[in-house]
Amino acid sequence: MGRIRELVRGLRTSRNGGMSGFFRFVGLFGLAFGVFAVVLLIFGKNPLKAYADIFSSTLGSAYGFSEVLVKMIPLILTAVAVAVPSRIWLINVGGEGQLYVGALFATWGALTCSNLPAWILLPWMFLLGFIGGGLWASISGVLRAKGWASETISTLLLNYVAILLVNFFVFGPWKDSESANYPQTAAFVHAAILPAFGGTRLHLGFAFAFLALILFHFVLSRTRWGLEIRAIGGNAEAARRNGIPTTRYIVLLMFIGGGVAGLAGMSEVSGIQGQLRPSLSPGYGFAGFLISWMAGGNPLGIAAAAFLLAIIASGGDILQMAHGLPGSVVNILMALILFVVLARRGWKVGGK
Amino acid sequence: MVERIDELSQRYGLQVDPTAPVWRLSIGERQKVEVLKLLLADAQILILDEPTRSLAPHEVEGLFRVFANLRRDGYAVVFITHKLPEVLACADRITVMRRGRVAGTLAGSEATESGLVSLMFGGGGIESPHRGGKTPREGVQPLLELRQVSTRAQGEATGLQEVNLTVLPGEIVGVAGVSGNGQRELGDVILGLERCARGTKYLWGQDATHWSVARIRASGVAFIPEDPLGMAVVAGMTVQENMALADTRKYARQGGLSMDWAAVREDLERSLKRLGFTIPSLDLRVGTLSGGNIQRVVLAREMARNPRLILAFYPTRGLDVRSAVAARELLVASRDAGAGVLLISEDLGELFSLIDLLVVLFRGRIVGTSKPQEITVNKVGYLMTGSRGGTWVE
Repeated sequence: MGRIRELVRGLRTSRNGGMSGFFRFVGLFGLAFGVFAVVLLIFGKNPLKAYADIFSSTLGSAYGFSEVLVKMIPLILTAVAVAVPSRIWLINVGGEGQLYVGALFATWGALTCSNLPAWILLPWMFLLGFIGGGLWASISGVLRAKGWASETISTLLLNYVAILLVNFFVFGPWKDSESANYPQTAAFVHAAILPAFGGTRLHLGFAFAFLALILFHFVLSRTRWGLEIRAIGGNAEAARRNGIPTTRYIVLLMFIGGGVAGLAGMSEVSGIQGQLRPSLSPGYGFAGFLISWMAGGNPLGIAAAAFLLAIIASGGDILQMAHGLPGSVVNILMALILFVVLARRGWKVGGK
Repeated sequence: MVERIDELSQRYGLQVDPTAPVWRLSIGERQKVEVLKLLLADAQILILDEPTRSLAPHEVEGLFRVFANLRRDGYAVVFITHKLPEVLACADRITVMRRGRVAGTLAGSEATESGLVSLMFGGGGIESPHRGGKTPREGVQPLLELRQVSTRAQGEATGLQEVNLTVLPGEIVGVAGVSGNGQRELGDVILGLERCARGTKYLWGQDATHWSVARIRASGVAFIPEDPLGMAVVAGMTVQENMALADTRKYARQGGLSMDWAAVREDLERSLKRLGFTIPSLDLRVGTLSGGNIQRVVLAREMARNPRLILAFYPTRGLDVRSAVAARELLVASRDAGAGVLLISEDLGELFSLIDLLVVLFRGRIVGTSKPQEITVNKVGYLMTGSRGGTWVE
């Protein structure tokens, strides 16, 4: 028993390592890229050429680079959504669903308050997006705090419910009567669109993402609540005996995590799509989970991992267009990364 | 397989349904399964560590019949327990362990309860200091009062049963008992971590049955747990951060946006100085400290708040002699300053040298209350082990 506790403690402390975290990160990616190169060879493609194309198309031009940053926004936000509850060992696999509900709430704001000026409407949509995602995640939080259901399972299952919920609205009550037969809402009024920089698609959501990272770091390391959260994460038993309300934190951190994912949804509908569609996210919520785990919940690590995954996601288009590979081939690379991340953790648990 | 199980269970009186899933079996039946597993693995020596802990009396008798059958067939059984009537009922030879050493071995036929008790607790040699009787217990507002408090037993743990307990200002109340007889639950109930299934709890004269842990702690209850690393401190955080945990509200600045680490250090250093403890550094992670230093950190943190009521579980465990003396003096000094202390210990020597009132906990019940000078160590030993010699007089 004591040894198990020792082991768990070792795992907990190892996850915040600064430098070692960085090397782990680079090593994981190297491994995944290596295996993917073999996959490309099997397809009869030159992996070096493919990788060069991916990097030149994303990092080689200003527009390509801005597209990478655009993709980083939902990735960072959904990663923070996973990282926040993970500080007290809650596993939020529901970033995708929370993103959808956040988008749904924000869309409601955009459609019903369309005569408001932008400086009121956008903050209002921001708030709605946060509350929507937060409430959705709180369902799992309350279930967990009461000891009724594991948050891992309930957040995962609620993803599907959330997506169906969005489908219901875009196929039903909110369907735009003017768009032939597409399941989508009417286009947002101009005031409900997040402003973009220059001629790119890079919108104000980028500021949300970096603000979320900075706040996450600041709250955890500096504030009273951060201290209490770290205490619960370090030793929940001791935290309870010191009068820290652990069950309240379970609901609260799930709410905040879900809220941040909801912001990803809000920024997608408002900054990119300009209307609500069922194909709102190509799996940002799941990629966010991957990023948070890869980074061990470290804010800088999240930014770096989101950057790399954004390059891979953008690079998928290039592989499809220039190399005649199916677009879904990058999913293999993402899956490989997930695999090495999980395997690495498995070695750690089994190895000691 | 089923046949072998049936044969063995017939032979030794270990009847269980071999095809039933284990979760459906009672705890007594699961115990039989454990013994059967050993027999199926052709074990010759069976070691049973407190096997009777969660058994009903008739199941205990059944287990002893199994022992008798096993002995007849040449198996050796090592039966570990703290309940004297049980060993006397079934053992051929009895070895008494005390603080990790063998205190003596007796043949079962020669052993008596009193003989065993004096081996277990070291017999006489403990003088009870004459401090008691200075204040009458009547008419004083108790700091803590439990009235008919019961808790739900969780799993194998012992629930409290109709516990009545009061701690007055300027008094050290000792709780004697073999660990696992409800001490942990007693502490948890007082701290507000575990709900009272029945009964009421008063702190400072107010009904505190439904107070939160935070409120109880903030109102002046200090807690020195049996397992500091598991129950009081966060190993991955520094000494200073652990100090701040006891009262995060007090040390918060700007409404919680930052922490006043200077104030935390100051309070901690003052408290350490008052206790005469030194810690290598306040910036070390608590997990890197020795057990004794961790205990010092906990003591210093808890005493820094000038508590009115101190719950001390085995407070000298892991401390060297000098620090143990300092910790005891601390409890006495707090008592003399008007605080109440609830001291939970297995060490009767420590209890008798410090306390003003002794209660004995056995299987979640208080089976005796007495002033230390009115009771002998042997008598307490009887009560702690549930022996017959311990019929109680109030």
